[in-house]
Amino acid sequence: MTVPVLEIRNLHKRFGSVEVLKGIDLTMQKSDVVSLIGASGSGKTTLLRCVNLLEDYEEGVVAVAGEQIGYVERNGKRVRLREREIARQRAMTGMAFQQFNLFPHMSAIRNVMLGLVKTRKMSKDEAYATAESWLERVGMADRKDHYPGQLSGGQQQRVAIARAIAMNPQLMLFDEVTSALDPELVGEVLSVIKGLAADGMTMLLVTHEMQFAHDVSNKVVFMQDGRIAEEGSPDQLFYHPKSERLAAFLKNSKF
Amino acid sequence: MDVLQTLDAIWSARVPILHGLGNTILISLLSIVMGTILGVVVGLLLTYGNWFVRLIVRLYSDFLRGTPVFVLILACFYILSVVGIQLTAFQAGVFALTLFCSSHVGEIVRGSLQAIPAGQTEAAKSIGLTFFGTFFSVLLPQALRMILPTWVNTATEIVKASTLLSIIGVVELLLSVQQVISRTYLSLELYFFAGFVFFLVNFTIEKVGRFVERKVALPT
Amino acid sequence: MDYDFNFAAVWRDFDLLLSGLGLGLVLAVVSIAIGCLIGLLAAFGMLSRHAPVRWVSTAYVSAIRNTPILVLILFTYFALPQLGVRLGKIESFIVTLAIYSGAYLTEVFRSGLVSLPPGLREAGLTIGLTEFRTKILITIPVMFRNVLPALGNNFISLFKDTSLAAAIAVPELTFYARKINVETFRVIETWLVASLMYVLACSIIAALLRQVEARLAIPR
Repeated sequence: MTVPVLEIRNLHKRFGSVEVLKGIDLTMQKSDVVSLIGASGSGKTTLLRCVNLLEDYEEGVVAVAGEQIGYVERNGKRVRLREREIARQRAMTGMAFQQFNLFPHMSAIRNVMLGLVKTRKMSKDEAYATAESWLERVGMADRKDHYPGQLSGGQQQRVAIARAIAMNPQLMLFDEVTSALDPELVGEVLSVIKGLAADGMTMLLVTHEMQFAHDVSNKVVFMQDGRIAEEGSPDQLFYHPKSERLAAFLKNSKF
Repeated sequence: MDVLQTLDAIWSARVPILHGLGNTILISLLSIVMGTILGVVVGLLLTYGNWFVRLIVRLYSDFLRGTPVFVLILACFYILSVVGIQLTAFQAGVFALTLFCSSHVGEIVRGSLQAIPAGQTEAAKSIGLTFFGTFFSVLLPQALRMILPTWVNTATEIVKASTLLSIIGVVELLLSVQQVISRTYLSLELYFFAGFVFFLVNFTIEKVGRFVERKVALPT
Repeated sequence: MDYDFNFAAVWRDFDLLLSGLGLGLVLAVVSIAIGCLIGLLAAFGMLSRHAPVRWVSTAYVSAIRNTPILVLILFTYFALPQLGVRLGKIESFIVTLAIYSGAYLTEVFRSGLVSLPPGLREAGLTIGLTEFRTKILITIPVMFRNVLPALGNNFISLFKDTSLAAAIAVPELTFYARKINVETFRVIETWLVASLMYVLACSIIAALLRQVEARLAIPR
């Protein structure tokens, strides 16, 4: 039995007195592609953000490649790791955001290079070559010297994906990466993600694109009120939903 | 630092210090009021004047805003007497601060009038309002709300700038305190005291300004 | 008004005025550089998770902004020696101006920081940068470019404030203007030339700053 890429056990997360994640369990093996679906406020984005500790969590375990993210047990007490450790752990995963979050003061290629140079300690030349090949891969090599403000939303998102992938993460997190895009730009981003899935990248996605979730995932998770309400293969969830809530949700999502 | 000695020095000089504070307030009030009236005129001319008027007023405003207020005070103090206008240091200082205030208020007024969407004027005209009707019932009430925070800021700037009149010999708060310092040598304590009194005056202005802002804010 | 204009006396000492202008510029540049560091620290202080740090930063900004700069200048130069802190005129003035501009820049930087999208910091963290490196490499550089216009305005007003160095006999432009005024009695000419020099310097600085802004602007 190999170590799972991601293992989440009994994860609880509170914002003040509101509990937004009420005990999540989820395991992903290498090359798994899991889509999180559900209404807004169901906790799927928060779940994703706990995986790289953009949100702290109060209870349970999130482990990437067998290593617990963010905390250690010391003398029976749960202690938050030091900054440097957390930074190193965050680089084990890559993340693409809804709002792209490219660094506006850097050209496309320098966006991709930054983590390679500062975190992966590559030389400038090596980082440049790596960044260039990844930009090539997402079809952005010809725009490598453009600044984010000079690119369309779809182009920015492809650069942002290259920035994350270039770090060679064990797990990619996608947080509604097409939600801020004009409809005609969605396709180019989705096809990049499909290509990554075909290459065997392990990916956890939050998405509203149901057809895409169906096509790209080998597992779909439906979340509701901070819990996993239903999970299974895409065909099972989309064509044979067990609960009425999921059926209603799918109907409203125009799947 | 000897607190008792300081308090004693301040107490025994309370009359001149209060007189100085009174002068500071008087200088500030006169400059702000006259400067605001003049500034509104400047702002209106900058917005609605023909190109020639705008050019002249623009030069006036840019010149005043490009010159340090201290230079303005010294220039008014020295120049006015040479050209045969006999003003006291107090009057010359207030004159300089008024000019300074007017240029800043002028820019604030112009900025706020231009920030009101053109649709407001068009809407007012379309219901048959005249230029004055449009201005007083539609534009001015909106502009005043926008102006308030910056105008309060300008007022505190004037209070701070009023200290510069001490250099041309007007016995306002700072100079009255300096006179106590020259007798008692309590420079650390008394400069701190002077700073603190100015802080209180400006802090009060700021708070009152915020209060008025909230009172007149449009419900959203 | 019968006044015979005669600029010869002013021209004779024009190099003095120019050297004074130069010193004023140097004072402003050095002060704003130090002020930027102070402002950056205090801005992060105002946004700190720790309440005491927030209080200290807020108190600093509020106290300095509401106190006349002349009082601060005199305090540093005349009162601090009482505490054993003896600074030369120029050093003392730079310290004052740096602390003064730091308070204004704190506000500039603070609002620049809060208006950044939060995702910027998060994106830095996700590629494995520490919080500190994220600040140095991403948030501060982006914020800095966004606040350049406000920074420029602060620099210009700081440059005008260098005229107050004359109050402690630092030989900058206003100091020489007063000297020439007293020595030659060419009152109008002296102050006209001095103010024009300030006005011109301000507009040249403003134009240069616009160039710098355009050069540093984030391409879009």
